Amino acid sequence: MSASLLIAQLLNGLQYGVLLFLLAAGLTLVFGIMSFVNLAHGSLYMLGAYALAVVSGATGSFALGVAAALATGIVVGALLEWAAASRLYRRDHLDHVLATFGLVLFFNELTRMVWGPQPLFVALPEALSGTVELMGFFYPAYRFLIIAVGLAVALGSAWLIHRTRLGMLIRAGSVNPQMVGALGVNIRLLNALLFALGAALAALAGAMAGPILSVQSGMGEPVLITALVVIVIGGIGSVSGAFYAALIVGLTDTLGRTYLPLLMREFASREIASAAGPALASMLIYLLMAVVLALRPQGLFPAHRG
Amino acid sequence: MNSIGKTTAVALGAALMLAGPARADLTIGFSAPLSGPVAAVGQDQYDGFMLGIETLGGKLGGQKVTVLREDDQLKPELGNQIARKFVDHDKVDAVVGLGFSNVLMASLPRLVESGTVAIATNAGPSVLAGARCASNVFSVAWQNDGSAEAMGKYAQDAGYKRVYLMAPNYQAGKDFIGGFKRFYRGEILDEVYTAVGQPDYSAEIAQLQAADPEAVFVFYPGGMGVNFVKQFSQAGLAGRIPLLSAFTVDGTTLPSLREAALGTVSGAMWDVGLDTPGNAEFIAAFTAKYGRAPSAYAAVAYDAARLLDLAFARAGGDRTALAAAVKAAGAELKSVRGPFHFGSNNMPVQNYYAFETVKQGGKVTPRKIGTPLAGHADAYAAQCAM
Repeated sequence: MSASLLIAQLLNGLQYGVLLFLLAAGLTLVFGIMSFVNLAHGSLYMLGAYALAVVSGATGSFALGVAAALATGIVVGALLEWAAASRLYRRDHLDHVLATFGLVLFFNELTRMVWGPQPLFVALPEALSGTVELMGFFYPAYRFLIIAVGLAVALGSAWLIHRTRLGMLIRAGSVNPQMVGALGVNIRLLNALLFALGAALAALAGAMAGPILSVQSGMGEPVLITALVVIVIGGIGSVSGAFYAALIVGLTDTLGRTYLPLLMREFASREIASAAGPALASMLIYLLMAVVLALRPQGLFPAHRG
Repeated sequence: MNSIGKTTAVALGAALMLAGPARADLTIGFSAPLSGPVAAVGQDQYDGFMLGIETLGGKLGGQKVTVLREDDQLKPELGNQIARKFVDHDKVDAVVGLGFSNVLMASLPRLVESGTVAIATNAGPSVLAGARCASNVFSVAWQNDGSAEAMGKYAQDAGYKRVYLMAPNYQAGKDFIGGFKRFYRGEILDEVYTAVGQPDYSAEIAQLQAADPEAVFVFYPGGMGVNFVKQFSQAGLAGRIPLLSAFTVDGTTLPSLREAALGTVSGAMWDVGLDTPGNAEFIAAFTAKYGRAPSAYAAVAYDAARLLDLAFARAGGDRTALAAAVKAAGAELKSVRGPFHFGSNNMPVQNYYAFETVKQGGKVTPRKIGTPLAGHADAYAAQCAM
């Protein structure tokens, strides 16, 4: 196994990880602080990808497409919070799941009615459509942009949470929301802000994934499930936990997919290895989650409480 | 009830009984996946079928036709229920569509038992072509292996010495890899099976690049194909390593792939690049009606309508003669794909072409570059007892 191939696979894992982080950050904040289970988070990811496809297709500008995705995330996120989520905070988790699952069906059907069942075309900007040579290996330039955007968001959110007044309120709200409210902070506005911020990050993840994935109705659900695994492993409510867990999941999945079938060939026949290898590799992250839940139910990097 | 009422009732009953057997109109049950990730495939079949009926003046074999439409959601249990509803409740004259192989196989027992003519427009699983062939069940599309076999033959003829194979980890994926290998004699560097519905192939593409093959063959239908081909192209491999595929770059995915698919070669029994008689008219009519180019799925369903037209005309009002009429009509059909007839196992005997995705007049479109398999019958016909 050559070193350059290993580096390429580590980059792939990193890129997948940061993309998962964009999605998991909002999910973990909303889940951890408002105790709200939002399955429609994947729909916001899908809407981000559609916004990019439609706007960059009409204007020819990738940057405008990303801006449109962010705006879509904020607007739809705020609307959802106002129309649905804020009315359900006091209800139990089953109600959250039912309501947001309904929203998933609604958004999937909506995109299908408006844009049809065919996947949409997304153009990659000329400057990013090339490859970068790494020790004789070609790596897509666009994936470096995803990594850069993901890391920038991670740094930005660390700064927001640990260095700003809003971040202080977020941390306080995650520990004791009633007390924060009693101290005169408008907790409802804080919730709406957080929800919209998480939605914007999900839409950004969708926009970044648009050029590499098929933009079509229902694209948000598989990735949402992985994002849920990430926040469970990282510790619910912890953004830094979501970051580390996203990287762990991204690397585990990528390296598992690559090396597990190869490893299995050492022990079993090629036939069995090529059938069972990918099946087992796709289970790896769930096995990881099961182990984490058994040994550290609060997650690997839980938010500091009390 | 007074006597006038009684008389009326008896008269009405008699009229209804008379009307029963001498039904003037035909009912066709159409099923396909019309929602979910493969909805585009089902929609193209429905649109192609309805266009076929429309161009025949809304009639099949001179009789007015009503089409009942059902969405199987790509669920075998639902496909089975729909088939039962069509056969037992609606008492349709024929069932068309039948969805993907797994859905078709779930509906098969009731269809065979009922004797109702069933025409698959999307699947030709190996068991149906072989041991479980039935006189009333036809595939007007393909035996599943055909396109992959054509690509195997193409790779063999092109002299590629080392190829790399990839497909999703399920039965059809294994069938397609098997079909490719049936006609390819060179070295196979690796066979990689990925999770069904996997969105990202960066890890597999890096492995593929490291293996340094002379050509790659993949089977990634629907959204998986869009993902794979985009990522293959973005990794800078398009143009460096020939990409051969089946059901990956087709009429449903090309509009969202465009330049990313340039240079790829697809095995198919039909595409818009074909200049067979009637094809240009079909493409023009479909594009005018639906505002998009048709896919092979639409072409097959269009043919299904015209096949049924010939068959109903042949059978007259005799439903028991319909299956034999469909089989005979197959040889009569002027298919938009070129030469066509049914083999002994009711599977198509037809050409499988190689199409290269090229840019013509600023438009990305498939162009026919060869016919690896002409008048090709599948490998399973010998196992069919008919």
